[in-house]
Amino acid sequence: MPVMQYREALNQAMREEMLRDDRVFLLGEEVGAYNGAYKVSRGLLDEFGPHRVLDTPIAELGFTGLAVGAAMAGLRPIVEVMTFNFSILALDQVVNGAAKMLYMSGGQFGIPMVLRGPGGSAHQLAAQHSQALEAWYCHVPGLKVVMPATPADAKGLLKSAIRDDNPVVFIESEVLYGMKGDVPEGEHMIPLGVADIKRPGNDVTVIAHSKMVHVAMEAAKELEAEGIDAEVIDPRTLRPLDTGTLVESLKKTNRAVIVEEGWPFCGVGAQIVDLLQAQAFDYLDAPILRVSGADVPTPYSKSLEHLAFPDPRSVVAAVRRVLNRQ
Amino acid sequence: MKSGSTARSVANVTETNGAETSASSALAERARRLDASLLKDLLEKMLLIRRFEEKAAELYALGKIGGFCHLYIGQEAVGVGAISFLGPDDYIFCSYRDHGQALARGMDPGALMAELCGKTAGCSKGKGGSMHLFDKRLGFYGGHAIVGAHLPLAAGAAFASRYLREPRVTLCFFGDATVNIGSFHESLNLAQLWKLPVIFICENNEFGMGTPIEKTASIVHLHERACAYNMAHAAVDGMDVLAVRDAVGEAVERARKDSLPTLIEARTYRYMGHSMSDPTHGIYRTKAELEEHRRKDPIKRFISALEGIGVITQEYVEETDNRIREIVEQAVVFADQSREPGPEELLADVYLP
Ligand SMILES: Cc1ncc(C[n+]2csc(CCOP(=O)(O)OP(=O)(O)O)c2C)c(N)n1
Repeated sequence: MPVMQYREALNQAMREEMLRDDRVFLLGEEVGAYNGAYKVSRGLLDEFGPHRVLDTPIAELGFTGLAVGAAMAGLRPIVEVMTFNFSILALDQVVNGAAKMLYMSGGQFGIPMVLRGPGGSAHQLAAQHSQALEAWYCHVPGLKVVMPATPADAKGLLKSAIRDDNPVVFIESEVLYGMKGDVPEGEHMIPLGVADIKRPGNDVTVIAHSKMVHVAMEAAKELEAEGIDAEVIDPRTLRPLDTGTLVESLKKTNRAVIVEEGWPFCGVGAQIVDLLQAQAFDYLDAPILRVSGADVPTPYSKSLEHLAFPDPRSVVAAVRRVLNRQ
Repeated sequence: MKSGSTARSVANVTETNGAETSASSALAERARRLDASLLKDLLEKMLLIRRFEEKAAELYALGKIGGFCHLYIGQEAVGVGAISFLGPDDYIFCSYRDHGQALARGMDPGALMAELCGKTAGCSKGKGGSMHLFDKRLGFYGGHAIVGAHLPLAAGAAFASRYLREPRVTLCFFGDATVNIGSFHESLNLAQLWKLPVIFICENNEFGMGTPIEKTASIVHLHERACAYNMAHAAVDGMDVLAVRDAVGEAVERARKDSLPTLIEARTYRYMGHSMSDPTHGIYRTKAELEEHRRKDPIKRFISALEGIGVITQEYVEETDNRIREIVEQAVVFADQSREPGPEELLADVYLP
């Protein structure tokens, strides 16, 4: 199996889908001549031309809305936001437009669009360029929300997202673009809404997405040394959430820790806790604990930034608590 | 059509009675060049909108129509004139003030009334309501209720037409106050930059809710905003259905032949409140002001022009008006008889399979 970077896997997914379907096109800031701010779209302008790979003005609301309108009229746009921090500028078009068009029109207008780009915390980028906003999008009926943690998932999920007839918010990890891994060639499709058990285990279920999967895996390694066998599950798609896989795991482990980079209040983890307590209450031997980003804007200083996001140590500590092993 | 003469003739209309007469004779002059059947069709559409909206106001008062309901009375000439130039494959995007354009496009009045009443036979299955009318088969791409948000959508539909090499054009209607929001500017820039076949029609009815446009826009001639984007633009008397038709006609040609956008400012006036919850006058305009504008009624003016050149008679008008009132009555019956959506509809249409 070929080994490639996360960004190359994404690139391959877009390339294959653009070859497969003429209606798929890419637009965003710097996606063409510059090859993308994070080089995810490298080579696509050369291969597909300016008709299908469009450099836009710095106008997130305008070009995202243009994509929604193009989707209403038969195209399948991929919108790249330079980072999800800037997607806030386009929020009206996504929340009031893309997500609701099908419903408001009584089923007449689906929006087959992917809004993708990097999200999550990044190194010392400070408050406005380093944050996890997935909970905002997860809140909205009509949207799907996908966050791949590995190169193989990145490719398989992006291909499915592009073929999905609904608006998909596809949040990549800014710090995983260089990560390498095995990626199946060709028709590698991962269905949306299916979680992946990244590490099977029996003692505790650790649920994490995107970059936090790797933090959870490191924590699991440390825990193994203490004789604790953690199961790490990556939902991969946050909406719709594969609750079934999480509940099954809980039936086995009876304990869970949820890890996310986002803010704690109304976070993704809060939603997962709610679903699990409602559907698996009788299997729980301890309260479910959450490890999240600190409830603050992201600080610049390295020493403060380090305190603002979950790390393997904080995950290990939470696992010990749910196992009463302090 | 870089503004010029049309802009000046509009200014005249709003000044003196003498100018008003000359505007009427200009209308008669244009009418002479057109087919009687087309002229009658335009008149019929304007009358249908007027009578439909009057009925909608009644049903709103009875509580049969809920929510926000923005009527088109006074602005009929804009929607009817503009849409009369479109082909069957073209697209239309509107704001929440969308009943008139939907009827002008040929939406079934029953389906429209049923939508206003929240019934399943409505054009959006009762899920959209007054502000969200959709009919894909007619190219009617919605009523959108966030000010300015549908301008990028219209640019996007026009983008799709160009991308797919389809000869469609897109009309996008919005109010005067919309020229101040970011999406207006982002859309105009993209449309001109990417040469999109879209026509932006600003219906300048002088107010954004209760605020006169001169209190919120830094310029008076709103169509000149297009200059910033090197876009063709024009102002037109929005109370003259044929002047609107001509101006939009030119813009449609430009869009179809050269794939270029246009901004048109149609100077019009709304006779009702901003929505059904807003009184017609009292706070932001006087009764006298409203009456003065009512004298320029686009329908009355069109009727007198057509009578003047002998295309129609008073009897014809009466007979047509009665027929239209009956169509509107039937629309109400249809809406009344249509089913309320059942609970199974609540969760449908959130996602496609
Ligand atoms: C972004 C946004 N802000 C505020 C509103 C509330 N609102 C609805 S209509 C309106 C006035 C718009 O006036 P104009 O664009 O001139 O259109 P008109 O109603 O005259 O057709 C306002 C402020 C809204 N719908 N969207």
